[in-house]
Amino acid sequence: MEWETVIGLEIHAQLATRSKIFSASATAYGAAPNTQANLVDLGYPGVLPVLNGEAVTMAVRFGLATGAKIARRSVFARKNYFYPDLPKGYQISQYERPVVEDGSLEILLEDGTRKIIGITRAHLEEDAGKSLHEDFHGLSGIDLNRAGTPLLEIVSEPDLRSAKEAVAYMKKIHTLVRYLEICDGNMQEGSFRCDANVSVRPVGQAELGTRAEIKNLNSFRFVERAINYEIERQVALIEGGGKVVQETRLYDPDRGETRSMRSKEEANDYRYFPDPDLLPLAIDEATIEAVRATLPELPDEKAARFGRDHGLSAYDAGVLTASRELAGYYESVVQGLGGNAKLAANWVMGELSGALNRDGLDVAQSRVGAAALAGLLARIADDTISGKIAKEVFESMWSEGRGADEIIEAKGLKQITDTSEIERAIDEVMTRNPQQLADYRAGKDKLFGFFVGQVMKATQGKANPVQLNELLKRKLGG
Amino acid sequence: MHSLTVAELAAGLRAHRFSSLELTLHLLGRIERLAPELNAFITVTADRALDDARRADERLAKGEGGPLTGVPIAHKDIFCTDGIRTTCASRMLSNFVAPYDATVVERWRAAGTVLLGKTNMDEFAMGSSNETSHYGPVRNPWDPARVPGGSSGGSAAAVAACLAPAASGTDTGGSIRQPAALTNLTGIKPTYGRVSRYGMIAFASSLDQAGVLTRTAEDAALLLGAMAGFDPRDSTSVDAPVPDYLAELATPLAGLRVGVIREFFDKGLEPGVGKLVQDAIEVLRANGATVREVSLPALPLSVPTYYVVAPAECSSNLSRFDGVRFGHRCESPRDLRDLYERSRGEGFGDEVKRRIMTGTYVLSAGYYDAYYLKAQKVRQLIAADFARAFAEVDVVIGPTAPTPAFGLGAKTSDPITMYLNDIYTIGANLAGLPAISIPCGFVSEDGRGLPVGLQLVGPHFSESRLLSVSHHYQQLTDWHRRVPPGFE
Repeated sequence: MEWETVIGLEIHAQLATRSKIFSASATAYGAAPNTQANLVDLGYPGVLPVLNGEAVTMAVRFGLATGAKIARRSVFARKNYFYPDLPKGYQISQYERPVVEDGSLEILLEDGTRKIIGITRAHLEEDAGKSLHEDFHGLSGIDLNRAGTPLLEIVSEPDLRSAKEAVAYMKKIHTLVRYLEICDGNMQEGSFRCDANVSVRPVGQAELGTRAEIKNLNSFRFVERAINYEIERQVALIEGGGKVVQETRLYDPDRGETRSMRSKEEANDYRYFPDPDLLPLAIDEATIEAVRATLPELPDEKAARFGRDHGLSAYDAGVLTASRELAGYYESVVQGLGGNAKLAANWVMGELSGALNRDGLDVAQSRVGAAALAGLLARIADDTISGKIAKEVFESMWSEGRGADEIIEAKGLKQITDTSEIERAIDEVMTRNPQQLADYRAGKDKLFGFFVGQVMKATQGKANPVQLNELLKRKLGG
Repeated sequence: MHSLTVAELAAGLRAHRFSSLELTLHLLGRIERLAPELNAFITVTADRALDDARRADERLAKGEGGPLTGVPIAHKDIFCTDGIRTTCASRMLSNFVAPYDATVVERWRAAGTVLLGKTNMDEFAMGSSNETSHYGPVRNPWDPARVPGGSSGGSAAAVAACLAPAASGTDTGGSIRQPAALTNLTGIKPTYGRVSRYGMIAFASSLDQAGVLTRTAEDAALLLGAMAGFDPRDSTSVDAPVPDYLAELATPLAGLRVGVIREFFDKGLEPGVGKLVQDAIEVLRANGATVREVSLPALPLSVPTYYVVAPAECSSNLSRFDGVRFGHRCESPRDLRDLYERSRGEGFGDEVKRRIMTGTYVLSAGYYDAYYLKAQKVRQLIAADFARAFAEVDVVIGPTAPTPAFGLGAKTSDPITMYLNDIYTIGANLAGLPAISIPCGFVSEDGRGLPVGLQLVGPHFSESRLLSVSHHYQQLTDWHRRVPPGFE
């Protein structure tokens, strides 16, 4: 039987506010345990939550960027359950009336087609603290620094049909929240993570299969692997005569498999009800328009502009707009170069990205700035150096921090464009290799490359390759 | 000195007829002698009181300070006090010392008051007789065999017995007004949002409101003014200016339109109580008010509505008492579940457990619509009834409680009978309206005079009007001047 996979993602993006969603505590990552938890975060008797307006603005930014409806009135609700890292015994979240509804975004599939993915809703909520079970023999520690950190939970429609689509969607959201500067996207620190709802059904069946929810996936690779494992597990289960049960599962990256955490029957009854400590969140038209006015150019708009104005392919435009910083870097290079976008794009995606990856750096930390790279590319454009020499110069720039011209000058890498000098080198090579010359002239065309190599060697690679080709052809031809 | 009103004490202090220290020592002496029998206080803060009084005297000597500088007060033990134990009358918090002051505490302190102590109450403010306290019941100064009402029973008993001239209270379903009625005091519950709830341990967040128990409406005006106002730490507090309640006491009675609530004169109302309330209404009519009957047909549903909404909120509010970070923790828990079950099982009393269970039930999947949502709808109907009445009258009026103080233990075995005590007071909480109870006479039972309360309810933010009507009534009557025998 042919199976179709249906996936929906719930992405938790930690909002990059300075203070928590309902208290004035700082949200910085990595502080000593419980040093960023005040009485509100600790759920002390008598204290009350006060909503952080910055978190609301960020949610509105996300809603506007995904073409969603911004609720004029949304409601905070309490999700009740007991756990030591949940100080109040309830989590403040939004349930029936979220702040953002009915958005969508477009993903680019590997085959070059585009697909619209629906965003059911995005709602504001507070994060819980952390239970630490490893460090204390026979005891559990609780760190409430994270308690009350603002989260935007972004829930997709079940529109995704493969693990690859799910990853493409998650990456797109990841790009978007960083463009909007509402989330740092740091997955190691848990700032961006997701739950995946996965089910399978026979192709052609309208009704959805029973789903399993895989919790807390914090890397793109894990999302892909966990979903693929889960698809195989469900198909094998059904084909073996079994039934998928609705349950929550955990992905074990070491074993590459998902395993059951709790079934539907064991699920908590969260007893949601509107939080009486908080008034309904009212957002008026003026606020929405003020936020809209601050939106940056979004990745899709930017990519379209790169295609239209720079002549880049959809793929290249997509790669270069994956982060706002990379796109900005690329645009600065183009500007410094005064055009020649294709050359800039190739270098940013090639040498620059390679060097950044190799050294584990962000584009913002690049050892070669956009202006410096433009300076190097200008020397290719004006034929001062060849592309091959340029790579050598780039490596020197990267390690020494000097400018391209300085390096070209100091190392004498300037391209030889003087025809007589190149001719002299050709003559010498021909004289030293009479046998090869005879063979070439007898019809062994392949030896052309040998002569190119010899001349380049004689000029330390500095001969202008176009001129060399032309002159060599003429000379060898006799 | 102890039977003087706050206004009289303030005048005496400013005229240097006595010092705050003398006054405080005198009241501490009375508390030491008389409070144990009444069980009015959970914690007496004598050292703090003397410090406060000395500081107040320094200011008074320099001619500084406001009208409340040097005036002793007591706080219901539901308000967090920095460095002083706050128990909420629960074993759960018997060891709890808050590291901060509630806004109400902070404001009264800033006004120069002297803190005598923290008063007894029903556990977590859940009760109408002050019999659910972990620290034992409070006795009514008018008859020690009877209850003072609840949940602010300790505050009521302390002021009625002249151990303190005024005390704070909280009112979720009548917890200021009903004890005020049962102990011959003036008790005001302001509009929801008028006083900050920050630092007031939550029972039912959408209903809880702080207020004050005093001997006169004038004192209530003074103390409410010092307590009310916007607080950015409470999202439900309202950002509106606080009127000068004292100045507005003078607003004349003439032209006041009074609506008598038909539904309050039902079969549950004791005839003697009803008679005194009618007499009080006559006093208002004779002095310029126009009186008519109004009907609030949804109001009789307030008790069942309240006993869905309040437990629902409390079941969630009290989840934080889990033995993990503060409060009672059981001995040597075996595991997490055991820690929760025994800490909460041992820490909470029966009435609190009953309400947590009721609230958990009404919020559960499959019951939410039938109970919680339905109750919210009825709540809107009740609010709409009041709004309709206020289109025609300025205040509505009726009894505060159906009976005078009842005997200790008389209603503890039957929660429903106990809940019906709040039948006239709950409506104002459900609608978020300000309401006041003032003394309007005495009925005689077992040869003792027992006080009866008259209740006035007004539109949102009409505290000034409620206080001025009460003040005029108190100029025309002297019920509020009476002090229980043995406490003169």
